[in-house]
Amino acid sequence: MSIQIPCPHCGPRPIEEFAFGEILAVPDQITDPDERDIDRAFMHNNPEGPQREAWFHTYGCRRWVTLTRDTRTDQII
Amino acid sequence: MNEFQEKLVNFKWVEPKKTYDVIIIGGGGHGLATAYYLATRHNITNVAVLERNYIGGGNSGRNTTVIRSNYGIPEAVRFYQRSVELYQTLEDETERWIMHAQKGILWMAHGETAVRAEKARAEINTAFGAKTVFVTPKEIKEICPEVDLTGGGVWPIMGGSYHPEAATARHDRVNWALAEGAMKRGVHVHQNTAVTNLIKSGNRVIGVETTAGPMHANVVMSAVGGHVTGLAALAGLRLPIRTHPLQAFVTNHYEQKFHPIVASTSLLTYVSQTARGEMLIGAEIDRQPSYSYRSGHHFLQTCAHRAMTMLPFLRQLRILRQWTGVCDMSPDYSPIMGFTGVDGFVLTTGWGTWGFKAIPAGGEQMAQLIATGETPELIAPFALDRFAQDRTMADRGSAGTH
Repeated sequence: MSIQIPCPHCGPRPIEEFAFGEILAVPDQITDPDERDIDRAFMHNNPEGPQREAWFHTYGCRRWVTLTRDTRTDQII
Repeated sequence: MNEFQEKLVNFKWVEPKKTYDVIIIGGGGHGLATAYYLATRHNITNVAVLERNYIGGGNSGRNTTVIRSNYGIPEAVRFYQRSVELYQTLEDETERWIMHAQKGILWMAHGETAVRAEKARAEINTAFGAKTVFVTPKEIKEICPEVDLTGGGVWPIMGGSYHPEAATARHDRVNWALAEGAMKRGVHVHQNTAVTNLIKSGNRVIGVETTAGPMHANVVMSAVGGHVTGLAALAGLRLPIRTHPLQAFVTNHYEQKFHPIVASTSLLTYVSQTARGEMLIGAEIDRQPSYSYRSGHHFLQTCAHRAMTMLPFLRQLRILRQWTGVCDMSPDYSPIMGFTGVDGFVLTTGWGTWGFKAIPAGGEQMAQLIATGETPELIAPFALDRFAQDRTMADRGSAGTH
């Protein structure tokens, strides 16, 4: 069975209806404005564990859902 | 590693030493190939390959084994063509049967835009040393009689490109041949040895902490697959990598010989036959970044459906098994190889879903980089700093199918 995303408007729906949206977070240690731009454009946190992320319900209500998912297990917390 | 495999290849397992010239983290194809070429081409044998599980147990053992060089940008065509050529002589060189079989790949175009893209692919391949020709539907039918040119009435085949040098090889045997060749010349390979931290001195990496104790080296190389972000963070590096699962499956035995590899960008799928006669089918990555090895039914349903529109005989077959790997995807679908800005730490990553075909060339070039201390010309365009310099190597030839 597909991973189910709990859409607050449509209820649990399969992940195939959604588009992934990464929530970018440039680390505070990077202070140089140019380096922050590069980081924002290309780099990823890519954590192995819980991650805050957004999903756009493309084939549904067309609204954003924000949630926390564990990338090791795909469990939505 | 079972008894049969131990007899098949001659591995020499030894106790780890405290210091090496080069430590390679990751005992997959790229790590083992780098060790192999360091030993054979540069006579550097004081090398350790550290693998946290068993060699070839990550993406090197989970890929779909296609070897080809019909990429979309000059730099990539040159690099992968080098790899195709090294694969062709790898059996003679290692004296091991890696089951290399030249099959040719047919890349289908289902619309006018796709026809233009395949014509462009043939042109750019020819210009930079790979053999690719544009083929009409009639020629496609001659190369692959099983194909349905109407595409199930939905995806008509209007042409395609044919790359006769495309091949497949047995992934385990590639890993074992390289590991054996390296170990025969004195390289240490340590399985079940996980790297827990990097030892640093200022801005220099001087060794690794492992589950078998600390080890020091002049050069530490990361040849880690999907889990590379965490390792690079230990060196203080941020990478443009996102880890996505990639699924594939095989059907039961198909009695007849199915010769070419068939791929389609529009259908996001590719099909080949394994040496056992199973039909091997793969597709694009899962949409969610994840380290999970779960396989899903949705993938099977959509991928099987798309493959059947091109090759209707697949309907008679049943799905035998399915598996997943976690891929280090780069934003421009090109690999990242070379120096990192941290002294003593080099990496080869961003192999996403196209790493198997690059094993010999990637290993050869990284070995040259470590031995000479200079970036070889062939891989200079794929350096990590290309992102900061805004010269990404966006390659549509690798996207879609692999």
